[in-house]
Amino acid sequence: MTHHHDDENGHISRRHALECMIWAGTGVLWTISGGIPVSLNLLGEAQAAEATATGFTFLQISDSHIGFDKAANPHAIDTLKEAMGKIQALPQKPAFMIHTGDITHLSKAAQFDNAAEIIGGAGFDVHYVPGEHDLIDDGNGKAYLERYGKGTKGAGWYSFDQNGVHFVALVNVVNLKAGGLGNLGAEQLAWLADDLKAVSASMPIVVFAHIPLWAVYPEWGWGTDDAAQALGLLKRFGSVTVLNGHIHQIMQKVEGNVTFHTARSTAFPQPAPGTAASPGPMTVPAGQLRGLLGTSSVTVKQGGQDLAIIDSTLA
Amino acid sequence: MAAILAAFTLTTATCQPLRAADAPMVRIENFAFTPPVLTVKPGTTVTFRNDDDIPHLVVANDSSFRSKALDTGDTYEFTFTKAGDFAYFCGLHPHMQGKITVAP
Repeated sequence: MTHHHDDENGHISRRHALECMIWAGTGVLWTISGGIPVSLNLLGEAQAAEATATGFTFLQISDSHIGFDKAANPHAIDTLKEAMGKIQALPQKPAFMIHTGDITHLSKAAQFDNAAEIIGGAGFDVHYVPGEHDLIDDGNGKAYLERYGKGTKGAGWYSFDQNGVHFVALVNVVNLKAGGLGNLGAEQLAWLADDLKAVSASMPIVVFAHIPLWAVYPEWGWGTDDAAQALGLLKRFGSVTVLNGHIHQIMQKVEGNVTFHTARSTAFPQPAPGTAASPGPMTVPAGQLRGLLGTSSVTVKQGGQDLAIIDSTLA
Repeated sequence: MAAILAAFTLTTATCQPLRAADAPMVRIENFAFTPPVLTVKPGTTVTFRNDDDIPHLVVANDSSFRSKALDTGDTYEFTFTKAGDFAYFCGLHPHMQGKITVAP
């Protein structure tokens, strides 16, 4: 992405435009500046370097679906490897990674093993939340919790602080009700209220969960029934960033002090809301797949104004 | 050719008198149960088959039945013995709903 093939009049060339589109596909690089997470376009390398020099970045990876082998991507394991390769090649190493769920496709031990080897092999700390695909073993989530549940509460929720930012990992893929959407549940909401009590209102908050906490498209189940209660608890904070996966495409929304951002999958794309018969895996022409997969990186910049999010594709 | 086909069909029909033609089935396709409402007689075994590229899970609203996660092509069978309406949903995508009506 260092070569811009724009013409002398400053017009963006077709190739450059395509590069931008492709790059915008891989993931999100975030920086927190002045307590507010902001996504950086990876093309803005100087900006990214400046942000990372004074703050820290973390990287979001999502929906790796290890075990998926259908037409939309017969080699989900390979595209995860490619994504991890790109992450390891980043000039500024992220402080850690978050994985926003659907690590595996069918919660099988071998799929968790493969994911752990590829993701863990990169040497970063990784903070996970489960997607619904990670909890469909015969033990109803035992496989996930045995691997990733250490030190977590309930179905796997927890919080931690890093560089002056409070991170909250929520689980909204258990105890789903007929006709409903994602679900946090009373126990988790009570825990969240208690967890946030000790946090200063001026501290930036980053919440991450698998299913969106905003109503992206309820007709396809893309939302969380009791998200409003969680967001109510986050109202007093000056900066709240909510990161999720599940919908395998980038969407962003700002509502008051809350920024919502959805990352791409590393496995397969899904259609834009309402543009297909179902949200199922979208098969695209050969050569287009990697432009629709990717990761996200966030830079937290102390004392500045914004977090920076960089989405990058595998293409 | 027609005769061979007819003979084949006859043989198949003899081996499996009811299952192939009459077995009630709910197909899961495009994140939906088809048909969304199925009426059967008491004692009927209904087969749910996942034709999506994504796993689904058939769960009764009243918890009276629950499948394992059904991968692509997997089936789940449940025999409905009592009369009544049995609403169910997908345990992974709960906006997906269906109903089995069991009536004499």
